[in-house]
Amino acid sequence: MTATPQRHVEIEMSINGVPARHRVDVRTLLVHYIREYERLTGTHIGCDTSNCGACTVLVDGEAVKSCTVLAVQVEGREITTIEGVSGSFNGLSAVQEGFRQCHGLQCGYCTPGMVMAATGLLAVDPDPDEATIRANLEGNICRCTGYQMIVESVRWAAEHPD
Amino acid sequence: MSLVGAKVLRKEDPRLLTGIGTFVDDLAPPRCAFASFVTSSEAHAEIVAIDMRAALAMPGVLGVWTAADFVDYPDLPGGLPDLERPVLARNRVRFVGEPVAVVVAEDRYLAADAVAAVEVEYRTLEAVTTIEAATAPDAPELFERHGSNVVNVVPMMDDLEREMQRCDDRASLHLVNQRCAAVPIEALACLADWGVDGLTLWATFQAPHHLRNSVASWLDIAQSQCRVIAPDVGGGFGSKIVWYPELFLAPLLSKWTRRPVKFAQTRSEAMMQMSHGRDQVHDIEVGFDRTGRIRALRLVISQNLGAYPDPTGLGLATLTSWMAAGCYRIGHVSTSYRNVVTNTTPVAAYRGAGRPEAAYSVERIVDVVARRCGIDPAEVRKRNFIGPSQFPYETHNEAVVYDSGDYPAALEECLGLLGYGQRRIEQADQRNDPDAPLIGLGLSCWLEIAGFGPNGSLEGFGHLASWESAQVRIQPDGSAIVFAGSSPHGQGHETTFAQIASDELGIPFDRIQVRFGDTATVLQGVGTMGSRGVPTGGSAVKVVSGRVLARAKKIAAHLLEASEADLEVNDNAFNVRGSPGKKVSWGDVAWASYQPLRLPPELAAGSLEERLYQESPNFSYPSGAYGCAVSIDPNTGEVTIDAMVLVDDCGTVINPLLAEGQVHGGVAQGIAQALYESVVYNELGQPVTANLLDYLVPSAPDLPGYTAGRVTTLCPNNPLGAKGIGESGSVGAPAAVVNAILDALAPYGVEHLDMPISPEKIWQAIHAADRRGVPEMSTESLSESDAEVVS
Ligand code: FES
Ligand code: FES
Repeated sequence: MTATPQRHVEIEMSINGVPARHRVDVRTLLVHYIREYERLTGTHIGCDTSNCGACTVLVDGEAVKSCTVLAVQVEGREITTIEGVSGSFNGLSAVQEGFRQCHGLQCGYCTPGMVMAATGLLAVDPDPDEATIRANLEGNICRCTGYQMIVESVRWAAEHPD
Repeated sequence: MSLVGAKVLRKEDPRLLTGIGTFVDDLAPPRCAFASFVTSSEAHAEIVAIDMRAALAMPGVLGVWTAADFVDYPDLPGGLPDLERPVLARNRVRFVGEPVAVVVAEDRYLAADAVAAVEVEYRTLEAVTTIEAATAPDAPELFERHGSNVVNVVPMMDDLEREMQRCDDRASLHLVNQRCAAVPIEALACLADWGVDGLTLWATFQAPHHLRNSVASWLDIAQSQCRVIAPDVGGGFGSKIVWYPELFLAPLLSKWTRRPVKFAQTRSEAMMQMSHGRDQVHDIEVGFDRTGRIRALRLVISQNLGAYPDPTGLGLATLTSWMAAGCYRIGHVSTSYRNVVTNTTPVAAYRGAGRPEAAYSVERIVDVVARRCGIDPAEVRKRNFIGPSQFPYETHNEAVVYDSGDYPAALEECLGLLGYGQRRIEQADQRNDPDAPLIGLGLSCWLEIAGFGPNGSLEGFGHLASWESAQVRIQPDGSAIVFAGSSPHGQGHETTFAQIASDELGIPFDRIQVRFGDTATVLQGVGTMGSRGVPTGGSAVKVVSGRVLARAKKIAAHLLEASEADLEVNDNAFNVRGSPGKKVSWGDVAWASYQPLRLPPELAAGSLEERLYQESPNFSYPSGAYGCAVSIDPNTGEVTIDAMVLVDDCGTVINPLLAEGQVHGGVAQGIAQALYESVVYNELGQPVTANLLDYLVPSAPDLPGYTAGRVTTLCPNNPLGAKGIGESGSVGAPAAVVNAILDALAPYGVEHLDMPISPEKIWQAIHAADRRGVPEMSTESLSESDAEVVS
């Protein structure tokens, strides 16, 4: 087996409102672009089959698994990562504060992805019921919480909009 | 106001919620290189040749190493003679995924390219993946020098045949407790930096000091030159107390390349390389009277250890045998076990580690007894419980003396929260309606052994000792730092330990910081496993804080010219009782504690710092009663969990929010074992569940909501009275779910189905019964027994 010939390209996108321009191997996944070129390490990696959602970010406001996208595919787009989320609860957004209030996290590894997925959900459905929340978080795996407190966290956020 | 028992929000959350937590792979020191492993594609084979020329010629590759480069280093620690695991496979591979060679390259993409370019030639050997195959007469041997795939056998002293024959009836089950994967969402990762002052190893690990001891010894360097740091750790569940080769090799690779070297496992690698759990086969038999009273219990356990005996893996069947009789007063209990190697990923501790297997089997057989006797399962449990006044309760094993409990009270609360009586009536009604879903109710009155701390309880797994340490340091401004030997991975020690310390010291929660996970700053520690964080580590914090307070009172009394006995601590100050205004703040006392001239003669500067290695005289025994209601669509076999009631007794609760979170997480894993998860190998030993597409870790829509209840009996074996809560859910949940499903299928005469119970298995069972023409089970005995429950 021989290695894929490497090609490098220079790309630019906006991450949390700041232009991010790097020369990268064309194979570079968005999640690695965010973590290794921009050094924003809040976006995590939990699998290699697009199942866990730990890598979820917003691309133009929509929740996307950043391990399923090549960095070159989002050239010129607006990316929001967990580091770009904030709000009026002592600096935390309603979703972040909901997770704090309802113990929606334990080890915290899945958490940035959960927060981004929930943020994406509330942007389109500000008042989801339990079943809707569960269905919409289907692509995010948490091994610690058993999900009930995550569902309650998202409900808390819906009830306390920023 | 006491903080112990209060729903305090977590100190760790703000950093984890904003993405500024630090997990190992987040670290990127300058010049950091990346390691990646060539792993075996064969389950059992001889290595004929390894060709790494192409890889070595690739851009960005710093080197490729094989077992031949590590001949000066020992095998991994904790192995058994003749069954040791080499750091890289030497001549022979014994499971798919076993590391064979390691590449270091400039980044992870180049490392992956180079791994793909290494060619390994194998001569395939016949593989065995199950206990049955491994113990067959002509089975291929994994370790010829050992001469058998059976590692060891602990035989039964007495087969209890006489007692069984004296009973009215007997029942037996053959139960498979299937192999599961722990799947912490952060897979294994480490970063080694071998500098002039020695080694720093960052690792996602549950027991950093334990790792430090082993790595230093393996490398033959002084422990003082080996610093291990477990930063934020993304879950563990037992899989991060295992001696993975990557943790030992990374330091050498750093030394040899003179670069920091990082390794971060992909999930597909993790599914094959991180230890698995469970994988026991049980034959359980009980003798019982028509009244449902169980007189004798016999449990024969076979443990699949995977390819290499892991130190914790070797302890699993022991724990199962200890807990074989659960919470029941059974006059005669006998167990045996054997450990067997197979061509599969090594098996080690996974949340519950041997106790879920015990609880599952005894709770399953109790349901069978109930059905045979025509008595409601709740009633049969009540008739067999150890009573609340019978503690300490000596079991069939002298090491196991149950500490305290109130099993009937837990069951009563569970039945109430579940609406058991009402649901039984609905069930009877629905059974007459051919179009209705099948309703089933399942109970699990589980018991486990936790609070690992008594002398000897962890040394067997290679740990230095079984105590847990805590150190309290009062800063000159009166704030406090707690250094904890127990290093968490999601449990929330920063919060619970600060609650305990705050109550003892009278220092506000916000002025207490808990530190752990760094062998350079924390005194010796053991680790977080076996539900020992609060009972052992938390107790250490409580006792050591009390000692510091006693000294602080001496200083305060001296400053106030009052008697110590008259002092009380509130509002962050020492007040003289009955003399309002006569007080000195904690900050003043702390400041004075560093000024020799202001101290009473018996104290020296810096005396508000104290350390403790807390030992426990015995284990703790968390227990509970879980109830599950399911409905099953008979046309598809699909199971819906309508209610999941969780009544726990973990003794003293430090933080109900966190305790409940622990239960939920464990229950999710327990339900997952009952319904979804199973590590599967094909007959060639190839894993067919080696990623998260094929291995079904449930997400939010796959799991129900939970209803929690609580009874509290204190543990007499530690100063907090706490029993531990980390593993409860995974111990209790599987039997509740499986019993509910089999209750729903009772009309079809189905006595048992093995986990995971998929819709397909249920559908097959229903259709097999239809073909057999099983008559509708009489609902008489059920409604009769309802009366006993409801009354
Ligand atoms: S890392 Fe992207 S889905 Fe798992
Ligand atoms: S909090 Fe640990 S994986 Fe979700």
